[in-house]
Amino acid sequence: MKVKALLAASALSLAMTTQAMAARDYISIVGSSTVYPFATVVAEQYGRTSGAKTPKIESTGSGGGFKLFCGGVGVDHPDITNASRAIKSSEIATCAENGVKDIVEVKIGYDGIVLATSKKTAPLKLTRKDIFLALAKEVPDPDHSNKLIPNPYKTWKDVNPALPDNRIEVLGPPPTSGTRDAFVELAMEGGAKTFDFIKDMKKTDKKMYKKICHTIREDGAYVEAGENDNLIVQKLQANPVAAGIFGYSFLDQNSDVIQGSYIEGNEPTFEAIADGSYPVSRPLFFYVKKAHVDVIPGMKGYLAEFTSNKAWGDDGYLADKGLIPMPVKERDEYAARVAELQTIDME
Amino acid sequence: MNNTATTNNDLLAPSKRLVKRYRAEKRFRRCGIAAITLSLAFVFFLFFTIFSDGISAFKQTWIELKVEFSNDLFANENLAAADYPGLVKRSLRTMFAEVKSRKDKKLLYGLVSPAAAYKLQDMVEADPKIIGTVQEVWVLADDDVDMLMKKKIDRTVPESNRRIRDIQLEWIDKLVAQGRLTTNFNRTFFTSGDSREPELAGIRGAIKGSFFTLLITLALSFPIGVAAAVYLEEFAPSNHWTDLIEININNLAAVPSIIFGLLGLAIFINFWGLPRSTPIVGGLVLTLMTLPTIIIAGRASLKSVPPSIREAALGVGASKVQTVLHHVLPLAMPGMLTGTIIGMAQALGETAPLLMIGMVAFIVDIPGTFSDPAAVLPVQIYLWADNPERAFTEKTSAAIMVLLAFLIVMNGLAVLLRKKFEIKW
Repeated sequence: MKVKALLAASALSLAMTTQAMAARDYISIVGSSTVYPFATVVAEQYGRTSGAKTPKIESTGSGGGFKLFCGGVGVDHPDITNASRAIKSSEIATCAENGVKDIVEVKIGYDGIVLATSKKTAPLKLTRKDIFLALAKEVPDPDHSNKLIPNPYKTWKDVNPALPDNRIEVLGPPPTSGTRDAFVELAMEGGAKTFDFIKDMKKTDKKMYKKICHTIREDGAYVEAGENDNLIVQKLQANPVAAGIFGYSFLDQNSDVIQGSYIEGNEPTFEAIADGSYPVSRPLFFYVKKAHVDVIPGMKGYLAEFTSNKAWGDDGYLADKGLIPMPVKERDEYAARVAELQTIDME
Repeated sequence: MNNTATTNNDLLAPSKRLVKRYRAEKRFRRCGIAAITLSLAFVFFLFFTIFSDGISAFKQTWIELKVEFSNDLFANENLAAADYPGLVKRSLRTMFAEVKSRKDKKLLYGLVSPAAAYKLQDMVEADPKIIGTVQEVWVLADDDVDMLMKKKIDRTVPESNRRIRDIQLEWIDKLVAQGRLTTNFNRTFFTSGDSREPELAGIRGAIKGSFFTLLITLALSFPIGVAAAVYLEEFAPSNHWTDLIEININNLAAVPSIIFGLLGLAIFINFWGLPRSTPIVGGLVLTLMTLPTIIIAGRASLKSVPPSIREAALGVGASKVQTVLHHVLPLAMPGMLTGTIIGMAQALGETAPLLMIGMVAFIVDIPGTFSDPAAVLPVQIYLWADNPERAFTEKTSAAIMVLLAFLIVMNGLAVLLRKKFEIKW
């Protein structure tokens, strides 16, 4: 009897579900927390001006987004995933296994990662090599032998005599964050490559090379401050010696209290990131499930809104929110791809 | 004789031991008072920071525009397709005719919120007759202007470090002098859903989401919890099985709430296929979480009903079920309700399990049914705390104030119920 009751209960709930599922009339978006502030603006703009339902956007991180996105085709899987990096071949394979065969890749613009300090001090003038030496867990021995030693540097001055005599204290995101991934890849790896023997290692022992470049020290100089970038901004104000790592949009919104450090002589400004002279920047993407485009209402409208000049253009509203637009040519190329729903090569 | 008198005197005079005891007692009391003072200080500090940050969010800056709904803009039959942002810009240009350069114009447009265009669209759609007329319209100011009016942006810092430029300050001062810029009660905060524009963001969607979610939680957890408590307390034989069940219930009450979220993800979403991010799933997960609390509170209040009541009822010939339903349960109900309300208050403040089932999401539309995607109040706070715009800081605090108000009301209700219906045996 109990079994019967249980079956009846699950049957009832299933009936409820199918009804709810058939009725999904809004776009479901998941993915990167870096793209989230931009995607939400587009979604809201689209929802308010078109009268259609506003897409629902979850901030799951790039990896989590792909996991959900590649779960399968059908209304209970998301339609779009945002990513602060390109899709990996392993993720493409997972997608294909679950029947997600046609994916449209859309690059939306660039994001700069800044190492910022309080306005109360002079801006740091760093190179990527300085960043690597200050933050890596193991660094080359200063006596020029090709040996790695645990990071001995305590102050910025130890790293580079031109820098101030302040304790190294950097607040940054935890390893789950896409910002951290991009930071180690662009800033730290870029700095590590200036040492020839590490650079050579890339060919001989790629695993070791990655480990050296991407491992951040754990002796207290780097403080994991959680995913909340507002918190880092507040802490920087309280502690002028500390530096913080976050996306350009936070610097843009708080430019009265914090300043970006120069990297290789380039200040992280909108223009410098856009023309590529500021070295620590990365492209942002979103991925669309082609099979859903004609099934879920509003998909075409949302895609058109996102790829319109008033959104991602040079003077678009996304630029106001801190997204660095792509050059016109690249924009046209991606807009055309979206219009034709040109899928990426799944091989 | 003499001897006894001295003993008496010794007894009356404070002996060394007695003094020590008094001192120990005083110390103990002081520790207690210090503990209470410290916790009160923390509470006051928390309330003070939240209130001082959040109180300004209940006010909002508005700008009055002179809008000419000229016919040429609405040549197209489709009113939704008209260029409303363009209309806002045109109105600003006519109000500040002296602004010529492209850069300055952009700064000028930045004074009003993008919401202005939505408002004009709503006005036209509600009453197409206004096309061709000139109207004075109050529209929301941009969040930066709002922050300036609330003194959260400092005028005195150098221009390059400020989000409001000198020329914008000039325009704002001019608007204030003309009476075209005022600060009013922020109704939007209570009538709209989430938004990426701080001046447009509101908590209505989150409140409704919380309401739907809690309704499901209450509808499921109260009857199930009461039934479980009654059975375990009144009917179940006491053996190893019931012991095991009791231990498990007590354990479940202490399980971190995110575990229930994982369970909900696996069962309700992946296995049953319920839609993500909806109050149905949220309510089910929170039901799992609050059930142990309600069962434990229910059993405690059943236990407090004296056995004499049961024996009297059984003595006059009532059956076991009649005894429970007619006598024991009504007497235990106030305690059970108190437990339920406290469980509900706990569920209202919960975010972690909802993270797993997709309720931590950007949702603009206000949910209308149980199967619409929705966020809840604590999730809204979490999401706003993460937004880069400065103006969201005060919104976050304001949302915390609203959540605290709900919690205080619920806990107050629990205390009231207990006071009113509590029976002293």
